[in-house]
Amino acid sequence: MIPASFTYHRASSVDEALSMAAQLGEDAKFLAGGHSLLPMMKLRFAVPTDLIDVGRITELSYIRDEGTYLAIGALTRHHEVTTSPLLATQVPLLAHAAGQVGDPQIRHRGTIGGSVAHADAASDLPAVLLALDATFVIQGADGARSVPVGEFFKSIFETALQPGELLTEIQVPKPAVPSAWSFQKFTKRAIDWAIVGVAVQLSPGGATPRTPRGTPDGEESVSGVLSPGGATPRTPRGTPDGEESVSGVQGAHVALINMGLTPLRASATEAALASGAPVADAAALAAEGTSPGSDLHASAAFRAHLARVLVRRALQEAGGR
Amino acid sequence: MSKVSVAVNGKEITADVEDRTLLVHFLRDVADLTATNIGCETTSCGACTVLLDGESVKSCTVLALQADGRQVTTLEGLAGPDGSMSPVQRAFHRNHGLQCGYCTPGFVMAITSLLAENPQPTEAEVRAGLEGNICRCTGYHNIVKAALAAASEAAQ
Repeated sequence: MIPASFTYHRASSVDEALSMAAQLGEDAKFLAGGHSLLPMMKLRFAVPTDLIDVGRITELSYIRDEGTYLAIGALTRHHEVTTSPLLATQVPLLAHAAGQVGDPQIRHRGTIGGSVAHADAASDLPAVLLALDATFVIQGADGARSVPVGEFFKSIFETALQPGELLTEIQVPKPAVPSAWSFQKFTKRAIDWAIVGVAVQLSPGGATPRTPRGTPDGEESVSGVLSPGGATPRTPRGTPDGEESVSGVQGAHVALINMGLTPLRASATEAALASGAPVADAAALAAEGTSPGSDLHASAAFRAHLARVLVRRALQEAGGR
Repeated sequence: MSKVSVAVNGKEITADVEDRTLLVHFLRDVADLTATNIGCETTSCGACTVLLDGESVKSCTVLALQADGRQVTTLEGLAGPDGSMSPVQRAFHRNHGLQCGYCTPGFVMAITSLLAENPQPTEAEVRAGLEGNICRCTGYHNIVKAALAAASEAAQ
């Protein structure tokens, strides 16, 4: 299988990539690692006239500590994310999940920005970044803007990126308790897409991770729209400790993979935890408000079941770490 | 059409190819190196695994143009100039790490990359490291044995 014909262009800087995109128009696409786009082009699901290879823009490959958050260049490969000592300490959920994407060969090519921009609802990292309240920095002809993760994913393969815009950086706030995480993925084979997956980050004490500020255009994200559910946990500390309740579930961020057209927050579960519900009761609400599809791998009902089971396991694991 | 120049097993191969040419086709049809097999063509089976700048990749999902100016190593590039096998090749031979042999070049390259990153892997790490390669004869046991043998030979 080979893709339909296209014309290849190689950009060596962000500015060059943007000017190529402006010149080539809407049927051009950026090519990063190519591990989402090329398979789709082989199947003719994507038929761009031009590819702008941004894979060699080394200025977009980095992981930096910016104090309250970590800045990850969009072209940082999964292999680099999963082997980063900085991420292993500061955001182990992301480091671990990047190591679960595909297989070693795929992780040597695939990039975090490519995965986010591609926006497959079955993809791991968009949901992980949703649980972590990430912010995406986007560059376009008119400069840079920042979009909080809750506003970025519009539908399957559809994001806030406009034609000609390039995702350049992912900003991940440092979780208050980095170790209170879990990542659960149900697949038939290791390299398959998740039939359902769950990413959990707890913030003991109810401190919800903050979206980083001071992004290039100075346009602040509107807090409160970060999560589709919008449930802001605010149970006071010291709730009588139900034997099953996990300490710190006040600030639970629970994100679901492949339970709708975009990654989703399990907002009913989060709200239940915030009002002191035991883990088992909260997890039973994991599929509320979701719209999973049915396909040859699983029915919608089975996906809902998996979401409930995986959320329970994830909350138990995250609370026990 | 574009001009592509790839250092394959240390030898510069330059050709004008269609922009959509995949690296695996460049290796097989242009460089005339046919050890790299085409299996699924969907980034699943790992039969086409080669090293790009020393790291394992599936050459069915890399454009030849993406490898332009870079180093590629195929199975043909592992043996020494006198034909002596690499440690991973030798371990496959000694441990009978193959049945029909179709997946073998991909496994040898994936293990070569794995051991470069993690010279002394546990068995679990070898199995996780080979998630991207499928052996349809299901001969995994001896493949894993061969990987561990190659690691232990290198340690001596």
